[in-house]
Amino acid sequence: MTLPFAIIAGLTVGSAIAAMSLRNLVHCALSLVLTFAGLAGLYLQLNAEFVGFTQILVYVGAVSILIVFAILLTRSTEPKDEPTTVTPWVGISVAVGAFLTMALAVLASPVGKRIAAPAPEVSVKTLGQKLMTDYVLPLEVMALLLTAAMLGAVIIAMKDKEGSR
Amino acid sequence: MAELFAKLDQFPVTLKAWLMNLLQGFLPEWTLPLVSAAISITPILAVFPLMFALTTVIERKGLGRIQNRIGPNRVGIPLTNIRLFGFGQFIADGIKSLIKEDVVPRAADKVVHFLAPIALLIPVLLTYSVLPFGKNMVPLDLPQTGLLFFFAVGASTELSVFMAGWSSRNKYSLLGAMRAVAQMVSYEIPLILSSLTVVMITGTLSLTAIVESQATVHFGFLHNWHLFTPWGLVGFFLFLTAAAAEANRTPFDLPEAESEIIAGYFTEYSGFKFAIFFLAEYLGLFAMCGLGITLFLGGWLPPVNIAPFTWIPSWCWFLGKLSALIVLFIWLRGTLPRLRTDQLMGFAWKFLLPMTLINLVVAALWHLLANNIPLVARWPLGFAMLAVPYWLLGRSFEAKFTKREYRFAN
Repeated sequence: MTLPFAIIAGLTVGSAIAAMSLRNLVHCALSLVLTFAGLAGLYLQLNAEFVGFTQILVYVGAVSILIVFAILLTRSTEPKDEPTTVTPWVGISVAVGAFLTMALAVLASPVGKRIAAPAPEVSVKTLGQKLMTDYVLPLEVMALLLTAAMLGAVIIAMKDKEGSR
Repeated sequence: MAELFAKLDQFPVTLKAWLMNLLQGFLPEWTLPLVSAAISITPILAVFPLMFALTTVIERKGLGRIQNRIGPNRVGIPLTNIRLFGFGQFIADGIKSLIKEDVVPRAADKVVHFLAPIALLIPVLLTYSVLPFGKNMVPLDLPQTGLLFFFAVGASTELSVFMAGWSSRNKYSLLGAMRAVAQMVSYEIPLILSSLTVVMITGTLSLTAIVESQATVHFGFLHNWHLFTPWGLVGFFLFLTAAAAEANRTPFDLPEAESEIIAGYFTEYSGFKFAIFFLAEYLGLFAMCGLGITLFLGGWLPPVNIAPFTWIPSWCWFLGKLSALIVLFIWLRGTLPRLRTDQLMGFAWKFLLPMTLINLVVAALWHLLANNIPLVARWPLGFAMLAVPYWLLGRSFEAKFTKREYRFAN
């Protein structure tokens, strides 16, 4: 474990915890953005430059704005003074249990003992060519899905009141 | 003679190499990358804020001239009669904003309010790290993802604007932030799509390689700037329009429309935090101009490959083009009125977006037909393919805004 990894991982996990435990929704959203940025940092550490910067462009740049707008348009951001009604211990124990099971399974699996294949020279060009040849069908399906979602959103938003024109 | 000029051109690079050589003697090994980065950062932090300071004075003087008044012309060197045509103004302004009281509203969200200007300035400064300022002068060369880095880091400023507006607990701030975010998100699409043409033609995301791809020469003297192609010409103006909106410049400065919402998202900022917003806004504009220069105006290349032009150092060309674009933006600010919000959004989605998409098709055809159709026929063909939609789209726009409808006033 190197020092940069420790810093990024700490930041990611810490901000994720903050995103769950803070009372003000906008603060939660901002912490979540920090988590996204930390994940991008982890991608960059793995030499996945393209994925890392795309993560920042899409999640920090766009998804965060979406979340924030959704919060502002739907409810008040003022934190309520009510005490927390849900005790966190059940959730924490489930999460720790799940993490331990997965960690043990990963450590016990033979994958880790395999000799790592030499990292292939992945350029943005090869990524693009793969997307346009081998993975063109998933790409198109995703594009269709997104277009359908966008049209649906427009239709929902377009619903005018009777006689408002 | 030419060698001397080549040495002058590479002077910053040799200076850094000399400094690193000197420091290698007595600094421990692990500090060297950090020191190298610090030396690369220093000129950015020195040149561009200074340019911002001078721009504020030039802008006020230029706007003054356009509006038939004089503008600042008093402040020079204190305790003397030297006035420097008012160019001491920015020092006075800087000192003023440093010693002013920093007022934070009682209802404000203190932490977010404090973090917002920092979260705005840092990404803006980061965008400078991939711009090639001169030959061999790029602080961080990302051969795979240079342009993507620029847009990714630039996109994260939107959230800082929101943070500033929301944390102030002021309806004008929030309105300004909402306007700013909506505008930046909308105009980011034409911005990225118009620069995508260059990526399609050059086949690379590296900004250094994009500049070098424009170094080939036409007719024995003219550099192959992307501006000189039909898609590049149109792409550059689309890029400039989107960049003006992205940087909140007039005619797209609705987020801080003084006459309606005071100062938009930084209404509740005072003292040096306000100065940081001001600085970040201008630095963002400079970075956008720098990217436009790199993509379309040949970066640090001179326009023609003839002796007196090639003698001028490459970084002088870059800074010269940047200054010219800044003056253009000042001119635009003095000339154009502000848009209305619906006009702004309509312009982005109904005009800029279709135009950038058509431009992408034209760029693809330009590339694919390179061997089949000679340049003499390809240029007018490409230009016509862009001019006709421009006319059609623009016409429908004009028709829409000729008759004004007053809904809330008679």
